[in-house]
Amino acid sequence: MEELKQVKTMAEMQAEGANPEILFWVGCAGSFDARAIKVTRAFTKILQHLNINFAVLGKEEGCTGDPAKRAGNELAYQMAATTNIEILNAYQVKKIVTTCPHCFNILKNEYPELGGHYDVIHHSQYLQELIDAGKVTLKDGGAFKGKRITFHDSCYMGRANDVYEAPREVIEILDAALVEMKKSKKNGMCCGAGGAQMFKEDEPGDQRINTLRTEQALETNPDIIAVSCPFCMTMMSDGVKGKEKQDTIKVFDLAEMIAHGQGLDSIL
Amino acid sequence: MNIILFAQIVVFTFITIVTFFFFFKRSKAVYRNIMLGKSANISGSKVARIKNMLLIAFGQKKMFKNPLVAVLHIAIYVAFVITQIELIEIFIDGYSGHHRLIYHAIEHASVLRSLYVVGVNTIEVLSVLAFIATIIFLSRRNLLKLPRLNMAELNGWAKLDANLILCFEIYLIICIFSMNAADTALHFNKTGSGYGFMLSGMIAKMIYLLPHKVLVVWERLGWWGHIAGVLAFMLYLPSSKHLHILLAFPNTYFARLQPKGTLSNLASVTKEIQLMMNPETAYAPSATAAEPERFGAKDIQDLSWKNLLDAMSCTECGRCTAACPANLTGKLLSPRKIMMNTRDRMEEVGRNMDANDGKFIDDGKSLIENGYISVEELRACTTCNACVEECPIMINPLDIIIELRRSLILEDSNSPEEWNGMFANIENNAAPWQFSQQDRLNWADEK
Repeated sequence: MEELKQVKTMAEMQAEGANPEILFWVGCAGSFDARAIKVTRAFTKILQHLNINFAVLGKEEGCTGDPAKRAGNELAYQMAATTNIEILNAYQVKKIVTTCPHCFNILKNEYPELGGHYDVIHHSQYLQELIDAGKVTLKDGGAFKGKRITFHDSCYMGRANDVYEAPREVIEILDAALVEMKKSKKNGMCCGAGGAQMFKEDEPGDQRINTLRTEQALETNPDIIAVSCPFCMTMMSDGVKGKEKQDTIKVFDLAEMIAHGQGLDSIL
Repeated sequence: MNIILFAQIVVFTFITIVTFFFFFKRSKAVYRNIMLGKSANISGSKVARIKNMLLIAFGQKKMFKNPLVAVLHIAIYVAFVITQIELIEIFIDGYSGHHRLIYHAIEHASVLRSLYVVGVNTIEVLSVLAFIATIIFLSRRNLLKLPRLNMAELNGWAKLDANLILCFEIYLIICIFSMNAADTALHFNKTGSGYGFMLSGMIAKMIYLLPHKVLVVWERLGWWGHIAGVLAFMLYLPSSKHLHILLAFPNTYFARLQPKGTLSNLASVTKEIQLMMNPETAYAPSATAAEPERFGAKDIQDLSWKNLLDAMSCTECGRCTAACPANLTGKLLSPRKIMMNTRDRMEEVGRNMDANDGKFIDDGKSLIENGYISVEELRACTTCNACVEECPIMINPLDIIIELRRSLILEDSNSPEEWNGMFANIENNAAPWQFSQQDRLNWADEK
């Protein structure tokens, strides 16, 4: 277990005349949601442990506008995006890593048309790069040994951007048993949060989407449901609680498991 | 020339001309209806588009998610396409009054004749495979009651349309075998040998002892039945979901090449924001003082022609709906219904125009509500792209859903209270929740 060191903002870095190699886009959930904050902190510890030269925007970061845009409010989205792009361009940001697939998708695919051109990468891809480069070594490699982990694909990394292998390769180094749900990768089912559903009640129906998705995950008889998105995290955690399995089945983000494996965090 | 033969040539010429006339007329209406849409942003490499068309429309790549169904579907498709080769001779014979003109012209050129026989044999083998596939498809729809083929949204015309096409396929196959078998029997009785058609030859062996007149009538019934069927099919096609056999090609060619997660930026909003940020330009006379564009789509004319081409290409297979998380959990949303409603509304607008000298007279309706797409359906979408991924011919229902959502919010301020709160938060404190932007780095201080 390591303590979080001081996190520098772009403004502080600039004042010191330093130039961070990468901007960590924390996102609203990563900043404010109690559960997602744990993921933010775990990922930050990994970056700090590997001495990666990074910064955050801190108080200058604002919602990317994703939920507004997906709900249909293009005006609120473009206002948010224009403000963010001004700030990112003022700091001459080149590379962005984010722990949120929704931020990833919109920064990568939709900001360019409004003048925001960045090399955007999701933390699952970044972790995979670090692992491939041999930088991530697991101290407590056995922590996940023998555990059954099922990975729930986030729609915005999966179908939306065709990233299926990076998170699985990250899980691979944990030396656990990766068990796939019947619906995975291209056929993966949504957790129910996307398209601004996170911010309102479900429309009338027979079941909540996260309950059905959780049932699909439970069919694999997992010890851990792995996710790579703060909204999937909420949905799957709620689903597991709904089934009263929260004591035996844990929902973790990839970053938390890697941080635990590195001895930076303690989640098990 | 005997009178019966002459009459046959006249009738044949007449019905083919009439059929082609109406086929082109109806195709033009389909084209006009698609072009009611706004311009579409078609970008990216032509090579990639042609590749998509060859692999996904011609090669039916996405059908192979379920290999057995893919093989059955391909059997019907290839049989249909290859049979059109035999149609060439049918047309030539029909206009000239000859009988198997091509065969007799090459009868003594052994290589060409062998090719002809191999061709007909291929058609016959494929037709048997198509026959089996058709029976399986009919059973799957009507006996096994596959859920996605038996949803309420298909009641009425959609179910009938699907069954009609399958029965039609069987009818055409029966005609082709009647024609070839009776003809082989006649040829055998006259010359002492058949044509060398394996499957219809087997049937010919069973029927060659029938009276000559019966065989002649049988052959004519098969021949006329086949050509009449094909012509009727041409007339039927433009008003059927079966149009996908043609439109799958342009639809895959024009399908978006960007990652599925990419939504378009609404250019009209970008312009508004630029005006807000640079007020001095706000009063500059606009070069294009056109009618202000609607934000998003309320009716089919606000969608792009690609959205409308999607709707016309949809064959209502329902793979999208079977994968939709909202639909799977009992919500009203069905991506297939979005496509069907869009098409129905296009046809209604088209009829309106036909009745009013080509001009659309406002009928007080739109694609939202009015018996078409309800607000509740639009609200249930999680934008997960499962429908887009599933579609075997790259239709994008999500694009239409987003355009309709845009007009609900931006034109009608029709939004659930919770969403209004979320919008206000994003505008006021740059987060979808009510947290202060000043606290965004608090996570780094917590112990």
